[in-house]
Amino acid sequence: MRETAAMPVPQAGSAAPTEMAPHLRQQTTHTVLRFLTCGSVDDGKSTLIGRLLYDAKLLFEDQLAALNADSKIHGTQAGDIDFALLVDGLAAEREQGITIDVAYRHFTTDRRKFMVADAPGHEQYTRNMATGASNCELAVILVDARKGVLTQTKRHSYIASLFGIRHFVLAVNKMDLVEYRQAVFTEIEAAYRSFAKQLGVLSITALPISALKGDNVTQVSAAMPWHQGPSLLRHLEEVEVREAADDGPFRLPVQWVNRPNPDFRGFSGTVASGTVRPGEEVVALPSGRTSQVRRIHTFDGDLPTAGPGQAVTLTLADEIDVSRGDVLCASTQPSPTSDQLEAHLLWMIDDDLIPGRQYRLKCATRTVNCVVTELKYAVNINTLEHRAAKKLELNGVGVANLALSERIAFEPFAQNPTLGGFILIDRRSNATAGVGVFDFSLHRADNLVWQTLTVDKDHRAAIKHQRPCVVWLTGLPGSGKSTIANLLESRLHNLHRHTYTLDGDNVRHGLTKDLGFTETDRVENVRRIGETAKLMVDAGLIVIVAFISPYRSDRRMVRRLLDEGEFIEAFVDTPLAVCEDRDPKGLYKKARAGEVPNFTGIDAEYQPPEQPELTLDTVAMSAEQCTQKVLEHLQAAGVLALT
Amino acid sequence: MQLTHLQRLEAESIHVMREVMAEAERPVMLYSIGKDSSVMLHLALKAFHPSPPPFPLLHVDTGWKFREMIAFRDRRAKALGLNLIVHQNSEGLAKGIGPISHGSEVHTDVMKTQALKQALDAHRFDAAFGGARRDEEKSRAKERVFSFRNEHHRWDPKNQRPEMWRLYNGRVRPGESIRVFPLSNWTELDIWLYIRKESIPIVPLYFAAMRPVVEREGQLIMVDDDRLPLRPGEAPRQRRVRFRTLGCYPLTGAIESDAKDLDGIIREMLLARTSEREGRLIDHDATASMEKKKQEGYF
Repeated sequence: MRETAAMPVPQAGSAAPTEMAPHLRQQTTHTVLRFLTCGSVDDGKSTLIGRLLYDAKLLFEDQLAALNADSKIHGTQAGDIDFALLVDGLAAEREQGITIDVAYRHFTTDRRKFMVADAPGHEQYTRNMATGASNCELAVILVDARKGVLTQTKRHSYIASLFGIRHFVLAVNKMDLVEYRQAVFTEIEAAYRSFAKQLGVLSITALPISALKGDNVTQVSAAMPWHQGPSLLRHLEEVEVREAADDGPFRLPVQWVNRPNPDFRGFSGTVASGTVRPGEEVVALPSGRTSQVRRIHTFDGDLPTAGPGQAVTLTLADEIDVSRGDVLCASTQPSPTSDQLEAHLLWMIDDDLIPGRQYRLKCATRTVNCVVTELKYAVNINTLEHRAAKKLELNGVGVANLALSERIAFEPFAQNPTLGGFILIDRRSNATAGVGVFDFSLHRADNLVWQTLTVDKDHRAAIKHQRPCVVWLTGLPGSGKSTIANLLESRLHNLHRHTYTLDGDNVRHGLTKDLGFTETDRVENVRRIGETAKLMVDAGLIVIVAFISPYRSDRRMVRRLLDEGEFIEAFVDTPLAVCEDRDPKGLYKKARAGEVPNFTGIDAEYQPPEQPELTLDTVAMSAEQCTQKVLEHLQAAGVLALT
Repeated sequence: MQLTHLQRLEAESIHVMREVMAEAERPVMLYSIGKDSSVMLHLALKAFHPSPPPFPLLHVDTGWKFREMIAFRDRRAKALGLNLIVHQNSEGLAKGIGPISHGSEVHTDVMKTQALKQALDAHRFDAAFGGARRDEEKSRAKERVFSFRNEHHRWDPKNQRPEMWRLYNGRVRPGESIRVFPLSNWTELDIWLYIRKESIPIVPLYFAAMRPVVEREGQLIMVDDDRLPLRPGEAPRQRRVRFRTLGCYPLTGAIESDAKDLDGIIREMLLARTSEREGRLIDHDATASMEKKKQEGYF
């Protein structure tokens, strides 16, 4: 405590400014614990903070004098010091005797510095409690020993854990009013632990105290010898609250691009997790550009390494395009990116959250537009029960699917609070309308790092989850090419594959309508269809061509237009007699009558493939069986595989 | 690697400043010349290094600041090559408004609060940094880091924007603004420890020296110039004093002290039994006086 700190009596002129006395050095090397106190008005929350400050002799004389005066006017302790008045700072709070907004108090002991966030307990101020919780590492949950675990106990614990607190102290207060009985304490502790299981809380320490009398607050209580444990203050001094995310992979959301002159381009930001050193490769997300860290700049000179919480400026080896909102990540372990996410939301304005309405979403340093596409359910914050909901009202909590206008780098909140927490901003009033935590992405392929190369065939194919190719069905007129082509496209479509069918007859109405049936024109006809198929393959499509294409040399020409493995020649093997017998369009009949000159199979040659990828025997197999055979081939060739 | 208390405070303040810089159109830093402003300015030098702080400094001059403060202000701005805007309420000046003739309440309202609003409006600043800390006063303890002000510069303490994690919402519509307090989580002791650690220049008035003072209503008031009318029987006496806060000299009480250097000040801090605003006469005007002033636009 300040008063008890061993402090040498200052001697005039003895302390040179460069030599720091040990107690001063200690002041500069302290770490800080930021903790939240929550409980309802009657649980004695403000009294506890007042007691901590008072017992630790951290109240100033003028503050104490003001408190004495205030206690006589507004106090609830019959003229005795009302510690609550110490922390309820707003006029409305003192008049109404309630805490409206979170207040922050500081104190220091020999071991640690503390910042206490005193959070309001009323449900109508839940958003203010969330504000307090989000900036704390530990929560002290106060319970009245006479009342036990109440709905507000659960609500406070849920909100605190939802927004990132992993360390809880269950302070069972007013033990003096239950004769300091151990049974009361153990029963409440058991009830709370049983409830807290669903919160994923990291640690719970239960302590029996009396804030009013001072038992187990700063001193171990003589009234409760059955309790083997530290006082509340001692526990707060010693508890370890390291963030798990600190040890995670390097993440730095870029806040500001620092360009004092054309020779310097630095990226300023606070390290969210992990560490970084010069020479290490980083990737900027969501763009996917990579470079190496050149230097870590600060006002006090370059750093050899930067870690969680440090505000630094990085320069990179390459001139890559990085701007505010991008996240620099360790290139070996980049964060996922997504524009479709599921999240838990707390609504914080009077206008209801309604799916379909657009908001601004700010996550780390990036702001994008956002629509709640679906409200999956609302959570009753008093019971944690789920119920169907069409909207969220002020202080309502729910689980929703979000669609963002752009892909952002994110991580589930439990893994990385900086990249997992976000706020929603009302587009009209600019009010902070809601707060949320990402649960997971609704995409499958979020771990893909998007390269910034020109978009090519592979990129186009990748988002279609397929390998582009041409299934070239060749065979005599009436052999069944169009029938198989139609069945095949229909089957692929049902598999969500992206296809297009070029049918000889249809193409002749447009692309090749200026061509006749001479040998020259047939060659040109095949060339045009081949080039068109090639463009479609480049677009990432599975192209089905149903075309007589009687000459081997023409089909070979198309094969050469495409890359290895992309041309799948399927010979629709139907004997002339069978084709002529089927004659679906009556063309054989006309050809035999001499009405159609140069008819393949009659008076023009058809050259069957010598080594087709597939031979479809339509006599032995039905059209469906032939289609199945093609599909199986495509499957085996990796055309349908997910990337 | 766990950051120490001061390292963490420094990094968080830098984060806040960069966030404002990235999102505000026309930011400004309120520079009151005191120790908090000195720390804030130092943090700005760090936050944007190697760029200079990319915003001007604004000093609202009531006309009654200690002479040493004004000299220090001009020296610092020149040494750092900063753009310093000094604003005075010319109407108030013409009417001869002062703390002695009109009392602290009228003086503070006209020459400080109104003057500040004039300057913010004239330059259309949409974000203004202030050096206030939450440990100073009860209503300040409740204020956000990014504190929204409507087009009349008013603060609505019962309807503040929630402030989650380090996600600040600095969006405003034309005419509205944000007061930003990068030192919110610092205490007076932190300020002094940091000034010592970083060797930050401060106004010499913070160090004990023989100064001419008179005693009024239990306060030691320094006779900084001949504008302080002496009451019958009053005579300035040389006493070894220093100031814990600096404001208008007739409104700022000195304390007797031997602390002639930073270690002395810090030692005194650790032993102190009164809070620093005790020396500020304006806070004692009425209960909840600061909250009222802040609602009206005071920083």
